[in-house]
Amino acid sequence: MSAAPGRPQASSHRSAQHEGTPVIPPVLLSARRAGKAFVHQGQPRWACRGVSFDLYPGEVLAVVGESGSGKSTLLRLLAARLACDEGSVHYDVRAESSEKSGNESTGLVDLAELSEARLRWLARTDWGFVEQHARDGLRMNVSGGANVGERLMALGARHYGHLRSEASSWMQRVELDTGRIDDLPATYSGGMQQRLQIARNLVTHPRLVFMDEPTTGLDVSVQARLLDLLRELVDELQLAAVVVTHDLAVARLLAQRMLVMKDGQVVEQGLTDRVLDDPQHPYTQLLVSSVLTP
Amino acid sequence: MTALIETLCLSKTFTLHGRGGLQLPVFAGIDLSVQPGECMALTGHSGSGKSSLLRCLYGNYGASSGDVRIRHAGNWVSLSTAAPREVFEVRRRTLGYVSQFLRVIPRVSTLDIVADPLRRLGVGAEAARAQAAQWLQRLNLHEHLWHLPPATFSGGEQQRVNIAHGMITAPPVLLLDEPTASLDADNRRVVVELIHAARAQGSAIVGIFHDDEVREAVATRCFDVEQHRSPV
Amino acid sequence: MMDTHYNFAFLDERTKKRIRRALLKAVAVPGYQVPFGSREMPFAYGWGTGGVQITASLIGLSDVLKVIDQGADDTTNAVNIRRFFARTTGVTTTEKTREATLIQTRHRIPEMPLTESQILVYQVPMPEPMSRLEPSRRETIKMHALSEYGLMHVRLYEDIAQLGAISRAYDYPVMVNERYLMSPSPIPKFDNPKMHMNPALQLFGAGREKRLYAIPPYTQVRSLDFEDHPFEVQRWDHACALCGASESYLDEMIVDDAGSRLFVCSDSDYCEERRDAGHVGTQQAVTLHDALATPPEAVTPNEQEAA
Repeated sequence: MSAAPGRPQASSHRSAQHEGTPVIPPVLLSARRAGKAFVHQGQPRWACRGVSFDLYPGEVLAVVGESGSGKSTLLRLLAARLACDEGSVHYDVRAESSEKSGNESTGLVDLAELSEARLRWLARTDWGFVEQHARDGLRMNVSGGANVGERLMALGARHYGHLRSEASSWMQRVELDTGRIDDLPATYSGGMQQRLQIARNLVTHPRLVFMDEPTTGLDVSVQARLLDLLRELVDELQLAAVVVTHDLAVARLLAQRMLVMKDGQVVEQGLTDRVLDDPQHPYTQLLVSSVLTP
Repeated sequence: MTALIETLCLSKTFTLHGRGGLQLPVFAGIDLSVQPGECMALTGHSGSGKSSLLRCLYGNYGASSGDVRIRHAGNWVSLSTAAPREVFEVRRRTLGYVSQFLRVIPRVSTLDIVADPLRRLGVGAEAARAQAAQWLQRLNLHEHLWHLPPATFSGGEQQRVNIAHGMITAPPVLLLDEPTASLDADNRRVVVELIHAARAQGSAIVGIFHDDEVREAVATRCFDVEQHRSPV
Repeated sequence: MMDTHYNFAFLDERTKKRIRRALLKAVAVPGYQVPFGSREMPFAYGWGTGGVQITASLIGLSDVLKVIDQGADDTTNAVNIRRFFARTTGVTTTEKTREATLIQTRHRIPEMPLTESQILVYQVPMPEPMSRLEPSRRETIKMHALSEYGLMHVRLYEDIAQLGAISRAYDYPVMVNERYLMSPSPIPKFDNPKMHMNPALQLFGAGREKRLYAIPPYTQVRSLDFEDHPFEVQRWDHACALCGASESYLDEMIVDDAGSRLFVCSDSDYCEERRDAGHVGTQQAVTLHDALATPPEAVTPNEQEAA
């Protein structure tokens, strides 16, 4: 009768902490009562309002809701594609020159205070945005390799051979056939286009990725494989992510935390498994009970 | 010696909004405390709230009132007030849970499912898989199953995967929900040994053991949940 | 003799002043496209109205004007524009580059090096170098403002990926003063190096698009490329049949039904000057067989690999 295998030896540092008080990393993204209104027939209609949360490095937050819940508007607010009408969104911006020298955090900065140039630079480097429809997030008229290499070229990469090998290795990472590096995205299947979009976004090692219904609209088997890929990449690269989805299963698979939105408000938030297994708000209970399980 | 897990006046009531706000009280005013090396068995008839209590201890269910505290890295962490990030840290390093049914992450091999908790602690892929293999072997899960996802396994096989997954990091606090329900006598014995070993290593265990024999073999104390049934 | 039915150089003085103002702005920000109020000219868009408006705003009685089209002074367009200015200004015109103070050109830079006392005015069809890549003008304005030129490099990358080399042979994009991406107008890439650190003032006018831009004298102009695919100019294996020049841009003319080709300097004035100085070419066309074969001594290592 042998004893159970002993305590594990922590070796490689992936997400290991020292024994004792864990080091708390600084907040990466902070929403503070963020809200956006659209004017409809002279009256403001709040597409989303009063959203507050703090997102830490490596955390995945799912924003769940049905159509009209305001989840897509929220995503756009967080990614500074829309300006807040109320409240603010803050991000831990790294000093611009520190891509090479290390992560010198300048602290949480209100996105509304950043210049457009800075926001665009941020969107190209430290952030990723995976669109629901790949054609909105890709350049359809240039090859897969060019799509993946674009951010690098925008940052000054000028060696064709290196660009190509970077593109190739990222395509491999997202399980795309590297033989198709010179093919136009229009010749790729939907699932492959999404993978290409993901590679294109990850090539600059962003710390935060926004995803807008990343698997919706794809065939079920394709969705499944894409979710697996996303899960692995988020894990491996320690990405923080905000994932908008109407699919609770996607939330459960990808996210540690969840926001449930209805009519522009957050009705419930917390640990994903807690929200899904012990929903408190009537709307959350309705959502959870409505899901079909095969 | 300080306890590793405690509850303070813990109560749970379900409110079914879909049924016009119907209230389902489960339990109320539970104070419990488990020391290292102890194994507390939750007892009570089916439906008395044992599983719900266990899930509250894991943070999977929220407490309606009262508190659940876990001793983590030398401090008390309250599961009701802790940020999700903190709860995840507690679960990663300190709090293990073997649920009654295996929630399957699709398309991931059994070996990788079992190795995953070790990977989260920073153990390298090779070493983690090697340990996972040892556990699966110990639990008599045939090697040809290791590279398959467990979705198609039998109840008993899935349960053993669950046990390996929940116990492999030897968490200081371990929650077990009917760990032997679908197992044959041999495997029940293995699980009893594993629980003994965990206790010997200083883990505090809270479990639901439907099988009287198993309960008698592993439990150092019993806690009758039924006594804490909420007044209707 | 100037035709007195028109104002000097056709345009009214107010317009000339406006254009000069825009030109000053352009010179102050090398490579930056300055919008201007392009006027209706007595010929259609697409025939050099931009270049003509610039020339009209600058030309004075003491100027000597040269007009070339694809390097030649005697093509229809060059002749017409030259006559237009002769008629509306009475200014002296010339075909000799070295005598001109103001040179208007379509699609070529003269072979003769220019001096500080000369101005070169280019006719530009499409001033936006990224127009085919990004149709939205608003977006390209932003890209220029924020110096976001990744898109152009994507295009060059794509050329190499699909064709093995950057395929642009003319209107090859350049970085001016290491700040603005600029279209040099459809001059052959052969001419790009001439723009760099040129003593003359270079002005670019697009009439239909209503924009002008400038490269001040002695400005850095760099053709875009990749470190491992550096910018290269066109080369010929033959010299000019008339004057024997081997360093100038050659026109290739098919002279008979057998496909024989005559290689002749595109810059007619340059060729003539060389002939006047006594240089002589082979004086004969190259037969088809010879035209397609590359003489052994002219093959570079790269071409040899490809062959």
